[in-house]
Amino acid sequence: MRLRLRVWRQGQDGAAGGFRVYPTPELNPNMSFLEMLDVVNDELTLKGEEPIAFDHDCREGICGTCSLVIDGKPHGPRRGVATCQTYVRSFRDGDEVCIEPFRARAFPIVKDLVVIRKAFDRIIEAGGFISVRTGGAPDANSLPVAKDVAEMAMDAAQCIGCGACVAACKNASAMLFVAAKVSHLNLLPQGQPERERRVMAMVRQMDAEGFGNCTVTGSCEAVCPKNIGLEFIARMNREYAAALLKGKT
Amino acid sequence: MRLEAKIPGGSLAEKWGRFKDEARLVNPANKRRYEIIVVGAGLAGASVSATLGELGYAVKCFVYHDSPRRAHSIAAQGGINAAKDYPSDGDSVRRLFYDTIKGGDFRSREANVYRLAEVSVKIIDHCVAQGVPFAREYGGLLDNRSFGGAQVSRTFYARGQTGQQLLLGAYSALARQAGLGAVRSLTHSEMLDLVVVGGQAKGIIVRDLVTGELSRHAADAVVLATGGYGNLYNLSTYARNSNATAIWRAYQRGAAFANPCFTQIHPTCIPMSGDYQSKLTLMSESLRNDGRIWVPKQKGDRRPPARIPEQERDYYLERMYPSYGNLAPRDLSSRAAKRICDEGRGVGESGLGVYLDFAEAIGRLGADRIRERYGNLFDIYHEITDENAYEAPMRIYPAMHYTMGGLWVDYGLMSNLPGLFVLGEANFSDHGANRLGASALMQGLADGYFIAPHTISDYLATQRPEQRPGIDHAAFAEAEASVRERIQRLLSVRGQRTVASFHRQLGKIMWEHCGLARNAPGLERARGLIAELRDEFWRNVNVPGSAGGLNQSLERAGRVADYFELAELTCQDALHREESCGSHFREEHQYPDGEAKRDDEHFAYVAAWRHDGPDRPPVLLREPLAYEEVEFVQRSYK
Ligand SMILES: Cc1cc2nc3c(=O)[nH]c(=O)nc-3n(C[C@H](O)[C@H](O)[C@H](O)COP(=O)(O)OP(=O)(O)OC[C@H]3O[C@@H](n4cnc5c(N)ncnc54)[C@H](O)[C@@H]3O)c2cc1C
Ligand code: FES
Repeated sequence: MRLRLRVWRQGQDGAAGGFRVYPTPELNPNMSFLEMLDVVNDELTLKGEEPIAFDHDCREGICGTCSLVIDGKPHGPRRGVATCQTYVRSFRDGDEVCIEPFRARAFPIVKDLVVIRKAFDRIIEAGGFISVRTGGAPDANSLPVAKDVAEMAMDAAQCIGCGACVAACKNASAMLFVAAKVSHLNLLPQGQPERERRVMAMVRQMDAEGFGNCTVTGSCEAVCPKNIGLEFIARMNREYAAALLKGKT
Repeated sequence: MRLEAKIPGGSLAEKWGRFKDEARLVNPANKRRYEIIVVGAGLAGASVSATLGELGYAVKCFVYHDSPRRAHSIAAQGGINAAKDYPSDGDSVRRLFYDTIKGGDFRSREANVYRLAEVSVKIIDHCVAQGVPFAREYGGLLDNRSFGGAQVSRTFYARGQTGQQLLLGAYSALARQAGLGAVRSLTHSEMLDLVVVGGQAKGIIVRDLVTGELSRHAADAVVLATGGYGNLYNLSTYARNSNATAIWRAYQRGAAFANPCFTQIHPTCIPMSGDYQSKLTLMSESLRNDGRIWVPKQKGDRRPPARIPEQERDYYLERMYPSYGNLAPRDLSSRAAKRICDEGRGVGESGLGVYLDFAEAIGRLGADRIRERYGNLFDIYHEITDENAYEAPMRIYPAMHYTMGGLWVDYGLMSNLPGLFVLGEANFSDHGANRLGASALMQGLADGYFIAPHTISDYLATQRPEQRPGIDHAAFAEAEASVRERIQRLLSVRGQRTVASFHRQLGKIMWEHCGLARNAPGLERARGLIAELRDEFWRNVNVPGSAGGLNQSLERAGRVADYFELAELTCQDALHREESCGSHFREEHQYPDGEAKRDDEHFAYVAAWRHDGPDRPPVLLREPLAYEEVEFVQRSYK
């Protein structure tokens, strides 16, 4: 099978970007979407053109490096998977496929399809942790955690930090990302001492980074490669309100 | 030159305590004045950066990733070992130690391995305190499972995403220190050279991957926690960007490289489907707890698996290793799969695959229990192959997975270049000739949280920050110029072949001749082929674009250029080691039943290779492995 790719190209010289169309060579349906880009890039290279820059690393849906908006959807057509887990067999022979970068004010484009998501790191730096120093922790089993609580914390902790939630949101809100981290830590007994400080600091940083407000349209949940649910946003809103009521800032 | 392992005195159980008791300390008021460079933020790099930051040192942590959270450690699935003995099934520090030594086929350093087992218990305590959501039992206590051929249940896990959760724990600790200003986290920053001043590591040269700018960084100590070099084989279970450049440049600046030929091939990966393939996906070994591995008894039997009757199936691991069966260690399982496929009994289109069958377990436990245990792995399998493993057996095949070899380090994890510390998969220290499952995560965190902070402090106490060479020192200028020159060379070839095509070809040579089974003529041939390919690369590679910005082709070209040299060294090491041990199987050295024939009389040593200048053969330095408390025995899993 073959596809026609409409790809966003943008240089680093400050000039405006635009779409270019590239017909692919013959593809094996079992190829991954990124392997298809590899093949296209090899062809471009041999033709003396610059290959398409895109982010990727683990290629198994866990590192959160890959991005791409494919036919208008972050991480492409299938629910619950990342771009790197998208396969050519999800498309039909002859399809035109549009490939764009994640677009959000807080994620500046570097080149072609590569964006900077450093804002996420700064949100974690503001409070996405439990303050323990190395050494001196009590025995791990001295603090039992109910299985359902641990499981729910794990559901939230699965976030891969890819930023698809932001790219999908019309307001470019980072609520799902922040809510997942706040929920993971605030659900656990270990996270209690910093519970209020954490949510306040992370939300403050989120706002400072220029992410938009959440209007609960649910588009984030629909594109999350880890199926992280909106209920965590509701949980975070409660955490935030409770902290506010207690007069925390 | 002799390699001094600097192992403290006393019994195995006393050594680490004695080291800490006798270690020199840095005055707390002075710590801020010490600069430490950490390259890497995987489990090893993130944990050491965070801990050194907590101690008060001025730390800079560099990664080529766009965020420290992306390191390859994130992909580890199965779990992390620790000698907690929570299930009371007979585990202990000594047993974990012994299993690791034996699993490594008696080619690791006894004192290091003992210490690893000893600090393993603290890792779990610390990670739980950080909020790592490990699996729990209904009573709220931590759950354990048996993993990778262990006969006790000592593996802690977080669904199939243990590496992710441990890394996010270490990343959050690092982020906290970054927020406090104790650690500077520098992303999109690739180290391209080590700077050595007066025989000591004193800095690095870094390329900013977004702007292309080169910068110089000076420090009182340099820590490399840059992961393994398995992508030398091109197709592997590693993240696509994992590479050997940091350790290879350090080697060229004088750091010895130990046991490069000890490379681990994992038995349970999804088989390759075509030439375009960019990586091989691991299916966690935990699947072997319930899955049974088999192939048809008849060569060339092409019937679908369900139509092959029980008596015509060969459950070969159960047959060959009755007491471990499907849980036989990785090297043995991988080799057995290759042997079976070489006999023509492999399954799938290419014949390069064996079945991993859950029918019996589903019959015994029900599909729901299997889904609960392995659901996400079955999903991954389905995503990739479009096949349903609840209905038909999975097909698996071995793939390159981990490198036990790495830069040589002493007991304090310091290389022969003073001031250069090497942690995690990048060093050679704990796994000998074969690593057991769930012990790389343990080692990375042991090194980073609990060992290196002590040993680095001990070294820093001998250094004076006010005497630290500045970045205007001639050694920095020379290193930067050589990096610049190399980049220009890569960009100026403008040949006819892509970097990827060279990488693919190199990987094939290595897999064929220096993979699961090796022999002298094959290794000699590989060396010739690699040298030819390397020559062609520098004449005919096409690296588009310029040095002045983001250039992913250039990044990969630099990494592949380093692989050629490392590949040659790996083959040389494999050729010189005239024995079979662990992952290193020399066909000339086997028993009549095909088991590995180790030669303790001649090869019970660490082979550390030292660069002796371009165009000169490397020098082999031997660190003898003298065991004080264990005895060499033949490794048997029968
Ligand atoms: C699929 C898979 C599953 C695994 N499962 C398990 C398991 O269940 N249990 C287990 O114990 N082990 C497992 N392992 C092995 C284990 O994950 C690794 O050995 C371990 O995580 C390595 O950690 P590390 O910190 O040494 O390096 P890495 O995590 O590889 O980190 C390397 C870091 O160095 C940086 N870096 C490298 N070079 C440079 C440079 N030149 N400049 C700047 N930065 C650089 C990178 O950015 C990165 O931050 C698995 C491995 C794979 C591939
Ligand atoms: S490349 Fe890692 S999640 Fe896609």
